[in-house]
Amino acid sequence: MGIEEKLPSGVILGTVEQVVGLARKSSMWPATFGLACCAIEMMSVGGPHYDLARFGMEKFGATPRQADLMIVAGRVSQKMAPVLRQIYDQMPEPKWVIAMGVCASSGGMFNNYAVVQGVDHIVPVDIYLPGCPPRPEMLLDAVLKLHDKVQNTKLGAHRQREIEELEERALRRSLPLVSQDEGAAR
Amino acid sequence: MTTPTTEDYIDAAGGDWDEVVAAAQAGSAERLVVNMGPQHPSTHGVLRLILTLDGETVTEARVGIGYLHTGIEKNMEYRTWTQGTTFVTRMDYLTPIFNETAYCLAVEKLLGLTDRIPARADVIRVLMMELNRISSHFVAMATFGMELGATTVMTNGLREREMVLDIFELITGLRMNHAYIRPGGVAQDLPSGAVGKVKELLEEMPKRIAIMRKLLDENPLYLARTRDVAHLNLAGCMALGVTGPLLRASGLGWDLRKAKPYCGYEDYEFDVPVSDGGDVYARYRVRLAEVEQSLRIIEQCLDKLAPGPVMVDDPKVGWPAKLALGPDGLGNSPDHIAHIMGGSMEALIHHFKLVTEGFRVPAGQAYAAVESAKGELGCHAVSDGGTRPHRVHFRDPSFTHLQAVAAMCEGGTVADVIAAVASIDPVMGGVDR
Amino acid sequence: MSLGEPRRNGNGGGHEEENLPEVAGRERLAAPVQRTGMFGAKTSGDTSGYGGLRVRRTGPPAAERPYTDPGDPRTERFDAVADALEEALRDAPVGYRDAVERVVVDRGEITFHLRREHLAEVARRLRDDPALRFELCLGVTGVHYPEDTGRELHAVYLLRSITHNTEIRVETACPDADPHVPSLVAVYPTNDWHEREAWDFFGIVFDGHPSLTRIEMPDDWHGHPQRKDYPLGGIPVEYRGAKIPPPDERRSYA
Repeated sequence: MGIEEKLPSGVILGTVEQVVGLARKSSMWPATFGLACCAIEMMSVGGPHYDLARFGMEKFGATPRQADLMIVAGRVSQKMAPVLRQIYDQMPEPKWVIAMGVCASSGGMFNNYAVVQGVDHIVPVDIYLPGCPPRPEMLLDAVLKLHDKVQNTKLGAHRQREIEELEERALRRSLPLVSQDEGAAR
Repeated sequence: MTTPTTEDYIDAAGGDWDEVVAAAQAGSAERLVVNMGPQHPSTHGVLRLILTLDGETVTEARVGIGYLHTGIEKNMEYRTWTQGTTFVTRMDYLTPIFNETAYCLAVEKLLGLTDRIPARADVIRVLMMELNRISSHFVAMATFGMELGATTVMTNGLREREMVLDIFELITGLRMNHAYIRPGGVAQDLPSGAVGKVKELLEEMPKRIAIMRKLLDENPLYLARTRDVAHLNLAGCMALGVTGPLLRASGLGWDLRKAKPYCGYEDYEFDVPVSDGGDVYARYRVRLAEVEQSLRIIEQCLDKLAPGPVMVDDPKVGWPAKLALGPDGLGNSPDHIAHIMGGSMEALIHHFKLVTEGFRVPAGQAYAAVESAKGELGCHAVSDGGTRPHRVHFRDPSFTHLQAVAAMCEGGTVADVIAAVASIDPVMGGVDR
Repeated sequence: MSLGEPRRNGNGGGHEEENLPEVAGRERLAAPVQRTGMFGAKTSGDTSGYGGLRVRRTGPPAAERPYTDPGDPRTERFDAVADALEEALRDAPVGYRDAVERVVVDRGEITFHLRREHLAEVARRLRDDPALRFELCLGVTGVHYPEDTGRELHAVYLLRSITHNTEIRVETACPDADPHVPSLVAVYPTNDWHEREAWDFFGIVFDGHPSLTRIEMPDDWHGHPQRKDYPLGGIPVEYRGAKIPPPDERRSYA
């Protein structure tokens, strides 16, 4: 019928978006941002037992300029916040952020003067990973979910439209107190 | 970004390295100020080092901390005494059991319960602390290897640590941040299978230690990076308040487990490894020898484990410790539930008050210290007679030891700074609290 | 020991009895406490977190000689330390009675309350005198007692003698209006960071410290966060549409 039928073996057809997504997700280089307890679990993920190298991500970069994923692992203090933002700004686009653990996601149990109540006050977050600290398997799961997200990210005008759609959906949806059934039904 | 230069020094705070080099070549300044951290792979956590360099030589080393200040001590003043354990366990996150034990010993001292802690609880505490010492020392060696570029040491250290974490997970339900030791005893008894798992570790660990020894003891590269590096003598240790493996590597066999026994340490047979090298290598040797001694203690713990209660027999303090897992993931012993829900209204009220409001601690202050994997970990607790601490302060060994960085590094080379800091084994969660 | 009569000294043998639940309960009712909070709460009746419950009780009273209680091995060296300190201060410009305000023996620990102006002198003797030899200082921590008018801020030092295997606590106080305490960095260099921390968290100024700057908080921070008059500083947490205020601001159900 189409061009697919006439392809020699070993050739796959795809959209530019898919190819770019595949390339991005399979060569993700995390920047170490180990802060507290979660950093130790993040190190465990890099260790032999959990082995992040399976996803080509064992290169925890020292430099933010050669990294595209920031795993904020631990509580972010008021004193650390400007540093974190600076490192985020130094990372080249496209870049993604995982808020690892409840402290990075929302401040967690430390609702006080010293801790930033969620790293999303400073940088945009793609994946929130709960747990105190999350198990290494949970971080692996978060990484895989992020891979999924990266793979399916659109480009150019499509991306613009996607952003608008997502925003509209977020505005429409309210967070009910008891159940989310109502929100899901809409 | 422009590079600030003055007559004396060039400040390399960040930005483009070419600019720094150009400024250095253009100016007459000879000293370079380099800011390492707070986010740097070779510093332990969020530690900031400000080094003044004259060529390769460090002429001044200053340490900046506070990047992980969490306000834990203040937060605890708004929670009950029992809830405090959940906070302290997150201070030095590599030695959570020590934090909890120091805190609980201080609270028990305030309550006057020290002598009434059940024997089984004490044995479990010692068992957990020694397991924790093993895992902490292995992480110390692993991060040390990682920071010097010896990745094999890192992977080995982390693998060994996993063995201990598996046991922790079985006993406490969590890999880290356990909140397992509670004022009055421990949260719950050892689950079935725990002893067997510990026995497995006792069998396996000596082999792993042998591997570590083979890898590092006589390794010429390792020796070159650690021998006679970051020397700190005994007088320096005393003046700077340095304790733990660092002090013992400088020739003084001071160990609180022997000098001021707590949790029944006087009943265990073990040696205190001492070395008089005073350098990074001596600290490594002391740590590894301590791991071996910990195994000895754990073995004795298993012999001492006699059936009995694990929470103090005082209904005003004793947190319900006979926990059983219900279908909802939480629970209590069926007997206890039957008692409070069906048998006695007063018991229900008591249970409710104990859990929500907590117990009162007589006014006063107490200090309790344990020999943590890093040194003397002290807890100073002040009560005003209420159900919440008036103030809890932790004397964290890492905090005190980091002051020694200047003494260890000045006059050495830049590369040795990394070895010096790593040999202190600071954990920023404990430093900044 | 009856509950009405003042304690003979801080370690006066009644500890076990005193902490039995029923005795503790009786004592609680007898003691003049200011209690707000649960059941009749004025500020907050919330039991899920911080209830605003306040029980203010003074600490144990000053102890009198002998400090050593034969029944308590933890107190074994207390009299010897006090004697040695008295002896060490004999030829000093400041006498024992001037320097030491009071001595508290409680829970097997001895606390020397020193007048702040003599702190450095006494600390030097504590370190150097062969009979004392407190070589190791375990740092200083601030404690804020807003009710203790005129001596709101306390600086608490722990000293350990490795030679004699003894530990003592040294405490000194200063008023909020004049928060100055002499620095001990010259005697115990390890106190450098500990004093900076106490300044950072409590605003105690350690006179003579080589560089008393903030250590944990950012340099431009206002206030001293671990004082009792500094709020916890939490923010309301929104969870699925409902707002939960931070523990120190929860509403009252009373």
